[in-house]
Amino acid sequence: MTKTNRIASALAGLVAAAASVPALAAWDLNMPKGVTDISHKVWDMHMLAFWIMCVVAVGVFGAMAISIVRHRKSRGVTPSTFHESTAVEVVWTIIPFVILIVLALPAARTLIVQEDDSGAEMTIKITGYQWKWQYEYPDSGVSFFSTLSDASREARVRGSGIDVTTVENYLLDVDNPLVIPVDTKVRLLLTANDVIHSWWVPDFAIKKDAIPGFINTMWTKVNETGTYRGQCTELCGRDHGFMPVVVEVVEKDEYEQWLAARVAEQDEQRLAAN
Amino acid sequence: MNAATTDTHHDDHHDHGPAPGLMRWVTTTNHKDIGTLYLWFSLIMFFIGGAMALVIRTELFQPGLQVVDPQFFNTMTTMHALVMIFGVIMPAFVGLANWMVPIMVGAPDMALPRMNNWSFWILPFGFAMMLSTLFMEGGGPAAGWTLYPPLSLQGGSGFPFLIFSIHILGISSIMGAINIVATIMNLRAPGMTFMKMPLFVWTWFITAYLLIAVMPVLAGAVTMLLTDKYFGTAFFTAGGGGDPVMFQHIFWFFGHPEVYILILPSFGVVSEIIPTFSRKRLFGYSSMVYATASIAFLSFIVWAHHMFTVGMPVSGALFFMFATMLIAVPTGVKVFNWVATMWRGAMTFETPMLYALGFVIMFTIGGFSGVMLALVPVDFQYHDTYFVVAHFHYVLVPGSIFAIIGAVYYWLPKWTGKMYDEKWGKIHFWTSTFFVNLLFFPMHFVGLAGMPRRIPDYAVQFADFNAIATIGAFGFGFSQLIFVYVVVKCIRGGEKATDQVWEGAEGLEWTLSSPPPYHSFTEQPVVK
Repeated sequence: MTKTNRIASALAGLVAAAASVPALAAWDLNMPKGVTDISHKVWDMHMLAFWIMCVVAVGVFGAMAISIVRHRKSRGVTPSTFHESTAVEVVWTIIPFVILIVLALPAARTLIVQEDDSGAEMTIKITGYQWKWQYEYPDSGVSFFSTLSDASREARVRGSGIDVTTVENYLLDVDNPLVIPVDTKVRLLLTANDVIHSWWVPDFAIKKDAIPGFINTMWTKVNETGTYRGQCTELCGRDHGFMPVVVEVVEKDEYEQWLAARVAEQDEQRLAAN
Repeated sequence: MNAATTDTHHDDHHDHGPAPGLMRWVTTTNHKDIGTLYLWFSLIMFFIGGAMALVIRTELFQPGLQVVDPQFFNTMTTMHALVMIFGVIMPAFVGLANWMVPIMVGAPDMALPRMNNWSFWILPFGFAMMLSTLFMEGGGPAAGWTLYPPLSLQGGSGFPFLIFSIHILGISSIMGAINIVATIMNLRAPGMTFMKMPLFVWTWFITAYLLIAVMPVLAGAVTMLLTDKYFGTAFFTAGGGGDPVMFQHIFWFFGHPEVYILILPSFGVVSEIIPTFSRKRLFGYSSMVYATASIAFLSFIVWAHHMFTVGMPVSGALFFMFATMLIAVPTGVKVFNWVATMWRGAMTFETPMLYALGFVIMFTIGGFSGVMLALVPVDFQYHDTYFVVAHFHYVLVPGSIFAIIGAVYYWLPKWTGKMYDEKWGKIHFWTSTFFVNLLFFPMHFVGLAGMPRRIPDYAVQFADFNAIATIGAFGFGFSQLIFVYVVVKCIRGGEKATDQVWEGAEGLEWTLSSPPPYHSFTEQPVVK
């Protein structure tokens, strides 16, 4: 093994070690890759931007470091007198411009896909309240509220004496999660009843404000079943930090069963009320 | 002839120095006294705003609510921002401008000295009013410094006091800005053409125009909030035919130029410090001027990048994304020019230079995350998370604040006539730099991992980095006591400073004595 090879493999080891760090939940360093095509595109975009910024950083800070080490008075250097160069200025105006185009084009392409909700197979209406979410399935008339789970609600009180680290999914758990089918393009309509809220699930890479008097649209198509968690991301008052978003993504037939059960339950309640 | 001589003599005698006692500070129209007042005011507010930040960080040290009520937490995030923006960074820059602009352009004083007094003295009253809302029924403002309706309209009885105090701060800023423009336009010494002005003067000249342009916009926006709450209008209430998103557009039309109001004078400061300690002229002077002007222009057409998630047409989002990314070009030119200034210079690393170098590196890190934030698809992930908090604190704390501190170290010997304690200055720099990164760098990680901003309590997976950030916050906060120590020590005594102060310093301010005479240039210098 040559020396260069050894250094290369050592570096590779370091990179692998660094890459495994995010596996420890508590030391997450990076954005989740997510479970939708869009979230993968977004993640790639994020990493592209990150690495380009790293390269620029190495260039700029590297030049500074060389200057700081070599062009210091204590080394007895005489300062140069150059202070202008149109050619150089033009070069370092054009290079960043080109880099920005490299970033802007894929970003624009992804954005256009993100904002195109045509061909959605189903629609869900989400309404933000201080401080809970309402989910409505207009096609079947199912409607329910989703609020912070009791375990978190008890533990979050100041002086509750409960160690929050013992609460499962502390602040990220609700009584009634939103349920959607996997591999289905779901259109989400967002509005609010009092102040502005914002609905975000990092794993889907979707976030949009729920604004009273407005209806905003976004969509998602999730590739993997599972439970995905997010939070309200627009300051909405005292309990802004306590209205999580939980989405359960299930197989299509399971979703149909769940929906039928919900419909039956709601009919029962309506009968009982009458 | 004889009469004229007597007159001059009489004037000289009359205005020889400041009035004695406390009234000197109340009635002063002297640019240096007012500059000093601004700077002390800003330092006091720095500790008040910092104490609020420590309340925030204490609550966030561990998951779970331990210290404050969530509503008070929201009040703290709101007031911390208002105090730091309007009470610390802006007054500090106006203070530096008051002290240095007349001296740097070869003038005896500011062009409008009485207005200068007024523009400072309404500031403490404005802030007293704003801080008094903390003790009113319903508590202080808690809707974030951006005051988005409808939430801000839920405010308690302190709300109209908040609005009125913002009006006062706006009036103060506008008067300060008009004064700076008038001084630069009218009082430049013979030969001091626009393209010979020091960059600090240039950046402030442009900043002053930004202030005059956008402070009235803010005043209009908050006045509409006031009438919505108390006079039955519905500018921002959808139920009455209004539009809550319109407030965000108006606010950020003010807010984005405001961001550059908070950073352009730092560019000026750094462009003064780096050439001095590199013993080499600033590289690309004219491109620096044009870059500053371009940034100022672009600042007016990028506002909606603060609100990509409100749901705007794709074409709108694309426009604001491209315009925002363009800002990286002139900002990049500035950073490259600073590095080119250092290149093949003969650098020394006194405290002001350390702060300037720290500024270039850490401001640029904030710039990198800024470019990432401009990309709309990814911004949906970053928006309103701690990634944004990390971004704007990197440009404002090791950005603007470091530039201000660097400027104070740079000009303190000129102001006091004495050298500060270099050893403690360096200790201040290194502790500040270490802790500021400990404080803000982990915020990138928790933000990317999904922690929203403005929450008093968080899921347990964010605990470790939050604990680290809190340690950084206390370290950074207490490091600033070193700054107070160094400044007070320098005022009270120290080695006598020369007029030149720094070996490589160039410019009119270094031709005056240290400290400069009470009426800076009583005779106009001639600039070749």
